[in-house]
Parts: sequence; C-alpha cells; structure tokens
Amino acid sequence: MASLPPIDVPKGATGAGAFDAPTAGEADAARFDYLLRLGDDALILGQRLGEWCGHAPALEVDLSLTNVALDLVGQATHLLGAAGDADQLAFHRDVLDFRNCLLVEQPNGDFGRTIARQLLFSTWQHLLYQRLADSSDTFLREIAAKAVKEVAYHREIASEWTVRLGDGTDESAQRMRVGLDWCWRFVPELFEVDELLEGLIARGIAADPRAFEDEYRSAIGTVLADAKLEVPAEQRPILGGRRGHHSEHLGHLLAAMQFLPRTYPDAKW
Amino acid sequence: MYTTELGKSATVKSLEDPKLLEAFEARVAADEFIEPKDWMPEAYRRTLVRQVSQHAHSEIVGMLPEGNWISRAPSLRRKAILLAKVQDEAGHGLYLYCAAETLGTSRDEMIEALHSGKAKYSTIFNYPTLTWADIGAIGWLVDGAAIMNQVPLQRTSYGPYARAMVRVCKEESFHQRQGYEIMIAMAGGTPEQKRMAQDALNRWWWPSLMMFGPPDEDSPNTAQSMRWRIKRDTNDELRQKFVDITVPQADFIDLKVPDADLKWNEAKNNGAGGYDFGEVDWEEFYAVVRGEGPVAKERMAARRAAWDDGAWVREAAVAHEEKRRARAAA
Amino acid sequence: MSGGAGGDWPLWEVFVRAKAGLSHRHVGSVHAPDAELALRHARDTYTRRGEGVSLWVVPSAEIVASDPDEAGPLFEPAQDKIYRHPTFYDIPDEVKHI
Repeated sequence: MASLPPIDVPKGATGAGAFDAPTAGEADAARFDYLLRLGDDALILGQRLGEWCGHAPALEVDLSLTNVALDLVGQATHLLGAAGDADQLAFHRDVLDFRNCLLVEQPNGDFGRTIARQLLFSTWQHLLYQRLADSSDTFLREIAAKAVKEVAYHREIASEWTVRLGDGTDESAQRMRVGLDWCWRFVPELFEVDELLEGLIARGIAADPRAFEDEYRSAIGTVLADAKLEVPAEQRPILGGRRGHHSEHLGHLLAAMQFLPRTYPDAKW
Repeated sequence: MYTTELGKSATVKSLEDPKLLEAFEARVAADEFIEPKDWMPEAYRRTLVRQVSQHAHSEIVGMLPEGNWISRAPSLRRKAILLAKVQDEAGHGLYLYCAAETLGTSRDEMIEALHSGKAKYSTIFNYPTLTWADIGAIGWLVDGAAIMNQVPLQRTSYGPYARAMVRVCKEESFHQRQGYEIMIAMAGGTPEQKRMAQDALNRWWWPSLMMFGPPDEDSPNTAQSMRWRIKRDTNDELRQKFVDITVPQADFIDLKVPDADLKWNEAKNNGAGGYDFGEVDWEEFYAVVRGEGPVAKERMAARRAAWDDGAWVREAAVAHEEKRRARAAA
Repeated sequence: MSGGAGGDWPLWEVFVRAKAGLSHRHVGSVHAPDAELALRHARDTYTRRGEGVSLWVVPSAEIVASDPDEAGPLFEPAQDKIYRHPTFYDIPDEVKHI
C-alpha cells in the first residue's frame, strides 16, 4: 500500500540529505537505514514511555514502565551509535529523516492504549530480535542477543496487563478495545518489506518479518483470547514511517525532545 | 528527612503501663531496634507514621520536578540517567510506604491524606524546574541535603524504617554525583549554560537550606526525637554542616552562592572554622509548609490526577484476580 | 466503592537470593493484585542493580510470625543450654581431630 507520494527532488540536488550514509555505495546506505529503523523504533517508544514517569496508575507500574523505557533508550543508544554519532542522530534530524514505525510515535493516551501499543510492538520486536541473532552482521547479532532478553520481558509485561485489562472490569475491557482499535492500523507496517529491506534480507543482514507474521498473529490472537477480547477487524494499513512520512505526532515529540541541543548547538551537556 | 510533623504535639495523654514504657525507652537507648508488632508508645507510633509517610510522600512528589525534564534531557546519556534517578525515587517512596504500613496504616489511607492536604511533604518540591540547570541543582543541593538527613536514619529505632533507609542511602549516592556533574558541565560550558547554572543556584540555594526545618528554638520536640533515634543532629547543626560542605563545591565550579552575608569564620565549629551565613526567610518557609508554595497546586493536581485516572486500572487488576480465583475454585 | 477500596492491592513480602549457594533474604515489600504481577513488581523494585538470581513473593497476610510478647518463653530457654555448643567441652590439646 502506498504512503504519501514521493518528494520531488529539485533539479541539481543530489537527493541525499545531511544524514544519509557518509560513505558512498548502496550497501552501506542500506545498513545505515536499517540501523536507524531499529534505533528510532526504540528511541521514540522510549521517549513515549518516559512521559508516564510520575503519572502511572500505581508506583509499582511506574517502575515497570520506566524499566521498559530505560531498556529502549539503551537499545537506541547502541543502534544509533553503530550508525554514527547517536546524539547527533537523535537530536538533530527532522521528521523526514526519522525511520521509526508509526506505531511507536502514537501518543500514550490512557493506560489501555499504552498497553495495546506495547503488546503489538514488543511481540513483534521480540520475534524480530530472536531472528536477528542469526544475522550475518556481527553488530546486529550481538545487540540482538542481548536485547532479546529485555524485549522478552517487555512482551510478557504487556501481555499480562492486556489480560488483566481485557478480563478485568467492563470499563477496562472497553478501554483496551479502544486502545487496540487505535493501534491496529499501524500493525501492517511492521511487516512491510520495501526494496531496501529486500536487499538486506538477501544479504542475510536483516530478518524477514514476513517469515514470522503468522507466528505474530497467532501470538497476539492467543493473548487477546486470554484477555477475552476479540482481534480487531482488519483496517486499511497506514504506512510511511520507514520512508520518513510520519503521523502529525512525531513533529511535536521531536520539538520537545530536541529543543535544548538545537537551541544551544555549541553546548556540551 | 526533616518532617514538619515533629513540631506537632507528640505527647499523648495515655494510660500506658509505665513499666512497658520504661522497657521500651531502655531498648531504644541501648541502640536496639523496635520491630512491627513490638509494644510501642502511641506517641511513638503516631510520630513514626507521620514521619515515614511524609518521607514517602516527598519521594513521590519529588518525581515531578525532575520528571518534568525527562522528555527534554539534552543527550541520550542524560535521559537514561534521569529516568533511572526518578525511578529510584519511586522505589524509595515504595519502600517507605511499605515501612509505614507495618505501623498500622494502609497505602490508600496515606495517599488519601496526601491528596486531601492533611499530610505534608518536603517543602522543596513546591518549587518549579525552569531550565535543565535546575536538574543539576536539585541533584547537587536537594539530594545533598537529603543525604545528610538520611544517613543517620540508617540506625533509627524502628527496624523497617532503618532498613528502608539503608537501601535508600545506597541508591542515593549516584543521585548527588549526577547532579553535580551537570553543574560542572554547565558552569564550565557556554555563556548561556553558565547563566542557567548560576540562575539555578540562585533559586535553589535558600529552599535547600529550608529543607533542614525551622531553627532549633522553634523545634520543641527535638529532644524526644533524638531519644527515639529519629534525629541525631539538630536542624541548625545540619544546616551549618550543609553550608560548610557545599560552599567549597560552588567555589570549585566558580558559581556564587546567593548570600551577601556568607563569610568564613575561623572561630566557628570549635575553632575548626565554618561559614557564617544569612538568615533564612522563615516567612516563606512557613508559607510553603502551609501549602502556598509556587507550584504546590500543580504538584497536588498531578498526583491526584495520576491516582484518580489510574483507579480503573487498579480496579481491573483486582477484578481479574477475583475472576481467576473463582474459576480456579469452580 | 471508592477507587481505593475496590482497587486496593494486597501487600507481598519479597525475598531475594543474591546468588546460587546463598539463601533467600527478606528485602522488603510490594503491592500487587496477584502473584504474577507481584513477581514483576518485586523484580522491578528490588533487582534493578543486579541484586539477585531468584525471587520469592509471599502475601504478607500469609506470614505466620511468633508473638513478640512470647519472645521470652520462646527464645530465652535456649540461651542457658550451653552444652549445645562445642566450646562447653574440655578436650586436651594433644588429642587430634576432635
């Protein structure tokens, strides 16, 4: 499914932005882009979860969400650091150069939507990192081996909360339904394979998400069944994040996140 | 941790058995620990519930001024550090609420008391965080003051409180260091950063001195608190120690403490030397204790919203467990 | 039913085994609505600095404790049975392995 139409590059422009891979050659550019996809997923979701700090439904839940946020910020630091200068990449790109999926940039909403987002994302991220442990790329193999344990925990916590909210009170079930409904249109993007990703899959660097899509749907189906919730009806997929075409939310998120380094470009913190 | 509640009358007219009272005081004087379910004077129980729960409330409310800057931390490293620090504070609140519960109250009751305004929390958290430098100043000054209050509490008489404080002190040691590290970076950074650092010190200095509570002459129950090992030094002693320790730290990064009366006095501290310093604005202190601090309303509104908005989540979890048990029993 | 009463999570006591070979030690408590979340909360609260390899959680209400008022009759009688300690016995130094 198409996202927005491609950007018209003016005559004479190289078509490359300031943050394209520094070395020439498509191979490196592709790997660079992939590291950004994975790193931005972690960074943006970590940023969203950090917003709950001090506002969660219970102290213990505050601790849980912050632990997940910390894991993700750590992953982002490693992944972006492998692509270049992690802080430069995190704090000085604009929306068109971010490569996270649309799911992670969705606003937190209530706890139901937050858990829905976490369930859908962490289940996918877990399956992805399990397979990345076999990547032909040394760095990705190593980071996947470490991150997979963290992400397994994120997936479990999200699943446990989905069950408690889905099979809790009428109100919690309804809020869970609404949260899932909000996020469902962003699931297909997790399994989108564009030309860039095809190339990386062929080289054994990236994991092919199509290979675990059935397992994913089955896993989600099982958790929702335990939660006495129905799998949402299929919705028209919304795509574009991997190409820098995000939702309206990312701009606001970056405006806050990047304010200090952009305002004081010479400062060290 | 200074508690405004120590000022309140903690003597209870009771018909408590003088022999039990004597035995209790002897145990405390012998540096022994009182554990849950041990006999204790009602005044002791009440004072501790107030002090421990106020300490817990302070940790939780304390998450808010720093939480305000998590989304805007200027580097990935600073973001991770701040997340970890604020998370520690949630944990500290948790340890302390659990310790207070052993004295016969519940978390719900304590939170209700906080939200209704009946229970207090440390005055310092009623001040706003205006720039990133405030995060440095809080770690350096506020955690610094808290550490001075908390270290002696590791041997406080009530076992669960003492053990909670041991955990807190172990975790607190990085809190102050990360704050001062921020101040070093900013005070030695660009002119804008230095300006922010000095401005933060200007705004957080006096409120930090207020963390040690009113002057000794206005603290009538100090003697009893010291006997019960809830306090080891007086408010003024701790305040003096804090100034003596902290001024050189400000000098080191070339920041000026906002006190025109600050002056080295060789004769102080029995000839060891120390700083003479200006008078705290006690009118401001008591106003903030009364709930009139600059962002007191914001802090309470945020905590009430989190608790009230989260009620459906807590209820759902309880309902789920009840359903699960019913199914298991069937 | 207020948000409090309906949503009041019970208290659990937490025990952590620091590493294989050591016993579990009591480290504190957490609130949780059920056993599974109690383990999660205990893990998030008490093992952030790598403090353990194993966790136990027990509902606080399930702990059966000795009565402190009975501490005398329960524990003092053991104090004068010094013949339970090896130092009570006088064996000449020349005798080995005893």
